Amino acid sequence: MSAGTYTPKPGAAPLTRMIAAQAAFETKMLLRNGEQLLLTVIIPSLLLVLFSTVDIVDTGEGRAVDFLTPGVLALAVMSTAFTGQAIATGFERRYGVLKRLGASPVPRWALMAAKTLSVLVTEVLQIALLTAIAFALGWSPHGDPVSVLLLLVLGTAAFSGLGLLMAGTLKAEVTLAAANLVFLLLLVGGGVIVPLDKFPGGVASALGLLPISALSDGLRDVLQHGAGMPWGNLGILALWAVLGLGAAARTFRWE
Amino acid sequence: MLSEPAVRIRGLVKRYGPKAAVDGLDLDVVTGSVTSVLGPNGAGKTTTIETCEGYRRADAGTVRVLGLDPVADAARLRPRIGVMLQSGGVYSGARADEMLRHMARLHAHPLDVDALIERLGLGSCGRTTYRRLSGGQQQRLALAMAVVGRPELVFLDEPTAGLDPQARRATWDLVRELREDGVTTVLTTHFMDEAEELSDDVAIIDGGRVIARGSTEELCRGGAENTLSFTGRPGLDLGSLLKALPDGSAAAELTPGAYRITGEVDPQLLATVTSWCAQHGVLPHGISVERHTLEDVFLELTGKELRA
Repeated sequence: MSAGTYTPKPGAAPLTRMIAAQAAFETKMLLRNGEQLLLTVIIPSLLLVLFSTVDIVDTGEGRAVDFLTPGVLALAVMSTAFTGQAIATGFERRYGVLKRLGASPVPRWALMAAKTLSVLVTEVLQIALLTAIAFALGWSPHGDPVSVLLLLVLGTAAFSGLGLLMAGTLKAEVTLAAANLVFLLLLVGGGVIVPLDKFPGGVASALGLLPISALSDGLRDVLQHGAGMPWGNLGILALWAVLGLGAAARTFRWE
Repeated sequence: MLSEPAVRIRGLVKRYGPKAAVDGLDLDVVTGSVTSVLGPNGAGKTTTIETCEGYRRADAGTVRVLGLDPVADAARLRPRIGVMLQSGGVYSGARADEMLRHMARLHAHPLDVDALIERLGLGSCGRTTYRRLSGGQQQRLALAMAVVGRPELVFLDEPTAGLDPQARRATWDLVRELREDGVTTVLTTHFMDEAEELSDDVAIIDGGRVIARGSTEELCRGGAENTLSFTGRPGLDLGSLLKALPDGSAAAELTPGAYRITGEVDPQLLATVTSWCAQHGVLPHGISVERHTLEDVFLELTGKELRA
């Protein structure tokens, strides 16, 4: 490199370019990670195919695929916005990535915006794949797309808040273990593949307050039964979103 | 007119719990210079640097970097500085080239990434992801990330720790090129030869304060004494020799015929000794002047006991 190569010429890239570049980079890192793909793509797809075609779980009235698809979509949102984001962010914190980027021209709020964008892009890819599989299995959805979109957005916000709360306060290894455990527990107890009415009454109503149950139940009401705007479930998700994001914002540690 | 210092620290205090990591530290960094911050482990080097980078908020005192407050004016300051952390800072699944390209995209006028990869020998990293790179490769990537945005000022926290001699030289060359092109560099190091090779200015920190500062030349001249040794015939009249030497000098015959003069050894003193020898018909041989190295000065100032 010749003389003058390093002559200072500092400057931040335009904000939109920084956010787009950051979101694209994080999405690429996520899609490259084998364990993340297992959670976000392989497990939801397998559950959908397996339980739709083999009669293992009693899914109540109607065809299994119509019951399962909304639950698996909810699971996909949780796997990316909560589990995946918590683990990735926890390790970014542990390895000083957040610290280093904190000294780059990207403002911290823009780093968070890029994370959200990356989560949304991943979800779009997941939903495209899962709905294609569901249609191939004979899925016939009903209902208002606006309600579905609202549920997905609020669900993403609720799970992101909880994921970032975990990633910003716990050690990366603890986050890794806890996020996977929570994923498993909510997969079983959140109305994803096992209908909540299989649980005793008191337990079922408590489980119904979980974000995963609110999301899967809301999606099922709309997509399987063609119900109107599921205000109750939207309310539960909104509350989780406010609590989770609020707590994360107050406690998040960058190093 | 002298330009404003690139970094100006006055009375910096930073506490972690009851312990002050930095305790009333003053430091100026001249624009365009290379300044090395030396000190034993736990002396407060990294805390000082990280306060300049905006990571730590000062408990007392003022810090101005490029005339800006690193915390309050962070948004304006960050694009203008380059940062190399002591370790980490890269996505564990990222390849060296793509991480560097990503950092470049965050800046308005970045360096040519391919040329920088070539320059720092990062091409050999190929498709290996960060967590599998060698320590030296990780260090060089972090250095490249610090300079890719064409900053005015770079902070390098132990840039050559764990590098092999070749990679150290390559890093030194880069720092020299940065200096030639007008970039200000602040670096911390444990290597005295590195500080001697690179710096215009050295600041020795201990106990959270600057205990000595100046050019290497100034630091080695002051404080410690230097020695001049020569061999001649035994039993020279040292009293007569001492009369010719400046006050504060000392002369001794260590073993018969082996002489040592201590004091401020400068060219004049050497000339005085040789001319005294000439007057007394002595042919001194094996004349050697031993100057104190920066390491001698460092150990004299900070003591020899081991630190945390």
